[in-house]
Amino acid sequence: MDQSIFLILLQDGVVNGAIYALLALCLVMVFAVTRVILIPQGELVSFAALTYATLDTGHVPASLYLLGGLGGAAFLRAAWAKRGTALLWLAVETLVLPAGIAGVTVWLAPQKPGVAVEVLLALAITAPLAPYLYRLAFQPLANASVLVLLVASVGAHLALGGLGLLIFGPEGSRGPGFSTAMLSLGDQVVPGQSLWILGLTLTAMAGLYLFFEFTLLGTALRAVAVNRLGARLVGIRTEQAGLIAFTLAGILGALSGVLVAPLTTIYYDSGFLIGLKGFVAAIVGGLASYPLAVLAALVVGLVESFSAFWASAFKEVIVFTVIIPVLLWRSWRHQDLEDEE
Amino acid sequence: MTLLDVRHLSVAFGGIQAVSDVALRMAHGQIVTVIGPNGAGKTTLLSAIAGIIPASGSVTFGGVDLARHTVESRVAGGLSLVPEKRELFAGMTVAENLRLGGWRLRAQGFRAATRAMDECYALFPRLAERRGQRAGTLSGGERQMLAMARALMAKPTLLMLDEPSLGLAPLIVRDIFRTIRALRETGVSILLVEQNARAALAISDYGYVLEGGRIALEGDGAALAADPRIVEMYLGTAAR
Ligand SMILES: Nc1ncnc2c1ncn2[C@@H]1O[C@H](COP(=O)(O)OP(=O)(O)O)[C@@H](O)[C@H]1O
Ligand SMILES: [Mg+2]
Repeated sequence: MDQSIFLILLQDGVVNGAIYALLALCLVMVFAVTRVILIPQGELVSFAALTYATLDTGHVPASLYLLGGLGGAAFLRAAWAKRGTALLWLAVETLVLPAGIAGVTVWLAPQKPGVAVEVLLALAITAPLAPYLYRLAFQPLANASVLVLLVASVGAHLALGGLGLLIFGPEGSRGPGFSTAMLSLGDQVVPGQSLWILGLTLTAMAGLYLFFEFTLLGTALRAVAVNRLGARLVGIRTEQAGLIAFTLAGILGALSGVLVAPLTTIYYDSGFLIGLKGFVAAIVGGLASYPLAVLAALVVGLVESFSAFWASAFKEVIVFTVIIPVLLWRSWRHQDLEDEE
Repeated sequence: MTLLDVRHLSVAFGGIQAVSDVALRMAHGQIVTVIGPNGAGKTTLLSAIAGIIPASGSVTFGGVDLARHTVESRVAGGLSLVPEKRELFAGMTVAENLRLGGWRLRAQGFRAATRAMDECYALFPRLAERRGQRAGTLSGGERQMLAMARALMAKPTLLMLDEPSLGLAPLIVRDIFRTIRALRETGVSILLVEQNARAALAISDYGYVLEGGRIALEGDGAALAADPRIVEMYLGTAAR
């Protein structure tokens, strides 16, 4: 392997790793706040990518049905407990918002409004699915065990996967790049798309950091994560915190989707495998450490890119095998900790 | 005027009756104490009033029946609990814990919360010195101060304190009781649970004795402190 191939693989690994890192961060955050392992994250990635690709062809994406349907179902699920202005706000969030997004999409899509608008539309259509899913499937189980929540999460993943096949069909598609520019750095050529991906993921991570460190709402989410009872005793509603965590995960999952759409052909179920790599990284971080999760995501990206070069048939196998020693080490250390107690 | 009215309150843990048919009333501006031995059900009683655990019977606060209110909405209504285990945000700083305590004031803006924090620092100067320190690294006394300050940030009408003197050095205990009395002067009503009966009754308007989950005795603070049964059981030795 010469240097230029090495640099290309390195670049590929970092770019993919950045996307896995974004997903890993969401998984860690959602788990910390709600104790839900967000397996349907992968479906959000697929749906955003396919919605983006459809919009670019000038068609109205069928995912609008999903948005409206899930919003309506979330409304019905949450409505019977609410009265007065709370009901009004719920209706705005779950009924008026999807209707508005659908209206704008139907109006803009045939005009082929350009990549920037298409990205924003794809985000607007896909991101709200996560909070609707929370209202529908997870909020009613807020006090259940992690295992019950995991079962609900697997259920949501399967249900969304089926709906994805129904809506997008079995064909894959590929979204347009954000930029066709090619930058040359010495002998190395860096596609503009890679820079977009790195720039946007870094911005998103910085945004998350600022939100959690410096805003009252972000601090409140951390408080729910570290001490649920303590949070309730100062008046923070844990289900509202869960809703916000899911909303963030929805936005970042959808962003990951439109970022990968130009890199590879995405099928309705491709997101699952992408999400799984984010999950591997999140697990390495013990579902608790944000920096470790990001670091692990970069390692996953690099391992994937180099194994694709040396043994492309075994790419996925290699990626998911590297997690085994990490898990062994973790359980080893966990036992040590238990012995000390 | 009645602030808190608890009637027929019962809590069972899997068949074990921890609190049985308790009635408790207190008026605005009062300090009311519940004393009783370990395992009498004091913590269970406060947890039920705060809404942390389900209970049968009724709790009326400020004329509102709390049956359908969650912990969070009780806090929003002015009913705060400082639990026995404190439940601080250990990895966060003193200042962050206080800011979160002011969650209820968030609509009033950053300034209102900062002002409330300054009041807390004035009440507990030790916390002001430690504002950048993580809650988990504080001493027991400082933790208790922070737990009280965090609850006060919500501007409660009624503050419930579960054994605030538990495990603290006598000097700090004195400080805590002095602070409780000072709080009443600012208009906060206080429901206090204590094993330190002497100090608690000394500052109380009214007291209840809880034994085996039932109210065994009740009366004015001074009267209870003078009651021979109390003296024998809780004040007899000068141990505390
Ligand atoms: N979560 C629980 N599950 C089962 N039993 C409990 C629980 N909490 C308290 N108890 C029991 O209820 C009784 C009262 O406990 P508690 O309210 O903590 O007493 P106190 O605060 O007066 O020491 C005790 O017998 C205790 O063992
Ligand atoms: Mg107790």
